Amino acid sequence: MTQSTQAEPTLRRRGPELGVALFLLALGGLVIWDSLRVGIGWADDGPQSGYFPFYIGCLLSASSAFTVVRTLLTWRAHEEEFATHDELASVMLMLFPLVIYIVCVVEIGLYLPSIVLIAFFMRRHGNYGWLRSLAVPLLTMALFYLIFERWFLVPLPKGPVEALLGL
Amino acid sequence: MEEINSLMHGFSVALTLPNIGFMLIGIFLGVLIGVLPGLGGANGVAILLPLTFTMPPTSAIIMLSCIYWGALFGGAITSILFNIPGEPWSVATTFDGYPMAQKGRAGQALTAAFTSSFVGALFAVLLITFLSPLVAKFALQFGPAEFFGVYLLTFCAFIGMSKEPPVKTLASMMLGFALAAVGLDTVTGTLRMTFGSTELLNGFDFLTAVIGLFGIGEILLTMEEGLAFKGKSAAIKFSVVLETWKELLHHGKTFVRSTIIGCWMGITPGGATPASFMAYGMARRSAKNKDAFGKGEIEGVIAPETAAHAAGTSALLPMLTLGIPGSPTAAVLLGGLLIWGLQPGPMLFVEQKDFVWGLIASMYLGNLVGLFVVLTTVPWWAAILRIPFTIIGPIIIVICAVGAYTVNNAMIDVVLMLVFGLLGYLFKKLEYPLAPLVLALVLGKSAESSFRQAMLLSDGSVSIFWSNALVTTLVVLALGLLFSPAVAWLRHRGKEAH
Repeated sequence: MTQSTQAEPTLRRRGPELGVALFLLALGGLVIWDSLRVGIGWADDGPQSGYFPFYIGCLLSASSAFTVVRTLLTWRAHEEEFATHDELASVMLMLFPLVIYIVCVVEIGLYLPSIVLIAFFMRRHGNYGWLRSLAVPLLTMALFYLIFERWFLVPLPKGPVEALLGL
Repeated sequence: MEEINSLMHGFSVALTLPNIGFMLIGIFLGVLIGVLPGLGGANGVAILLPLTFTMPPTSAIIMLSCIYWGALFGGAITSILFNIPGEPWSVATTFDGYPMAQKGRAGQALTAAFTSSFVGALFAVLLITFLSPLVAKFALQFGPAEFFGVYLLTFCAFIGMSKEPPVKTLASMMLGFALAAVGLDTVTGTLRMTFGSTELLNGFDFLTAVIGLFGIGEILLTMEEGLAFKGKSAAIKFSVVLETWKELLHHGKTFVRSTIIGCWMGITPGGATPASFMAYGMARRSAKNKDAFGKGEIEGVIAPETAAHAAGTSALLPMLTLGIPGSPTAAVLLGGLLIWGLQPGPMLFVEQKDFVWGLIASMYLGNLVGLFVVLTTVPWWAAILRIPFTIIGPIIIVICAVGAYTVNNAMIDVVLMLVFGLLGYLFKKLEYPLAPLVLALVLGKSAESSFRQAMLLSDGSVSIFWSNALVTTLVVLALGLLFSPAVAWLRHRGKEAH
């Protein structure tokens, strides 16, 4: 580790570590709770539905509880980095458009959001001209249309815009 | 020599014109997947799986397994030319491959990598050819308890052999089992963990999980590095190939050692990634000139590539014979078998001879074709890698979204892909291994049903797991592997105390 990276503002690992472990612990609890609901014992026709998942839930809770406790015990001594703020900002550059993209795909189909996503990245981060930033995504999606819908007959989700174009 | 006859028959199945065509398409797609960040063997095959639903199973598996070989070859290109491992198993290849390229020996490094991959795979396929019929025959005698014993062995091996913390391996695996249990319990007809949601009735599809965890997760990780790739260009001259092959003849020992490590790690579910690191470490430890490693030593390319390919290939042995995949990609292929209506396991060798031997024959052909293809087309792939990530990144996201949607033609899978993507990013950063999660998600239902059946046979007594020599051996081996990290830790502490 060099001097310059130490000076960079970073997110320490203990926060995400604790968060993920608590999340898994909660999931484990949920599994145990649901297994108890459907029964973890022995019915007339053999083991009940919760028989196997119950132990899964126990092991999931136990292993994440271990991580929770260990993280808390070493909380003050925990200096390891998760990522620098610059790196996180870089991840967010992808994550935000990605989330918006997924929401749009669910709402209005695949084609238009995909074109916008690729064009946005090329224009905004790649500094390409408008012509190229539109040509590349349009050609890409045309290729998708041909491969999936025409050759392999797998329909892709479409929305009002595609309906207007009569696709 | 029944195997030879079956294999010859297999060649006649694999060597039809359409199947050779699928083989070539598979290799090209595979190398492409291998060089692109965010697309790898497992999620590449997962994305393309829906396209094969209408194909004959034999052609489909030939194409998909060739994608796998292609991805194994492709990983080496990015490692050597760009110092970016396209696949986790090619991380060890960067240690000496990239320094070689910097010294202007990229051609030699690539030739060495491809040839080593080919040799590793060839030995693994020979092993599959002669060992898998025996394993399958043996496994025909297995009852539910023995099968559960094998599952137990698989999962305990993960905990014992992973380089990640055992507690996190366990947590990741149990998350996979928990997700596999969601939905309708087919034995009792009870709904489990659906919490009133109709979309969860069918549970989580592991293909969606694979695309999210490996695809989206990897894209987010790549973003951390920023948006620029810089690399060396290379074309391979035929004279360089011959010259390198001559040099490779002097490294027989490294080949043998790495092949053994690879085959062992592939059959037990250690996987290609630890195999490549282990082989690299062994090669360095036994080398005369240890200091040359890391600075462009050809042995440092041979060892990890041989082991990775041997492991990647032999991972298909337990998948075919026992229905237990040795790697995430083998798990996806197993999912494919189920979708095409084939039940993996020992009966496959009895009932689906054409399929099994066609596949095994295609492994020989696919790797030979693959070697030829990558040796001749390296400049193209290097050019593809020079396309900026600002174009490739969003296109890969679109490919992943399409892949997730086409799994079940359901939007919920696209949303789940995003969730799994975030989880994949966090898991990678926090050292939770992803492979156990995927394998548990794939095998969860089968493991549970063999456990239940065993319990039914014994009327609820766990003593069935040590009722005969075979199952006892399996369980003891499993527990031994499970506690091996604890033993190693205690011994380490013991040494420190002295």
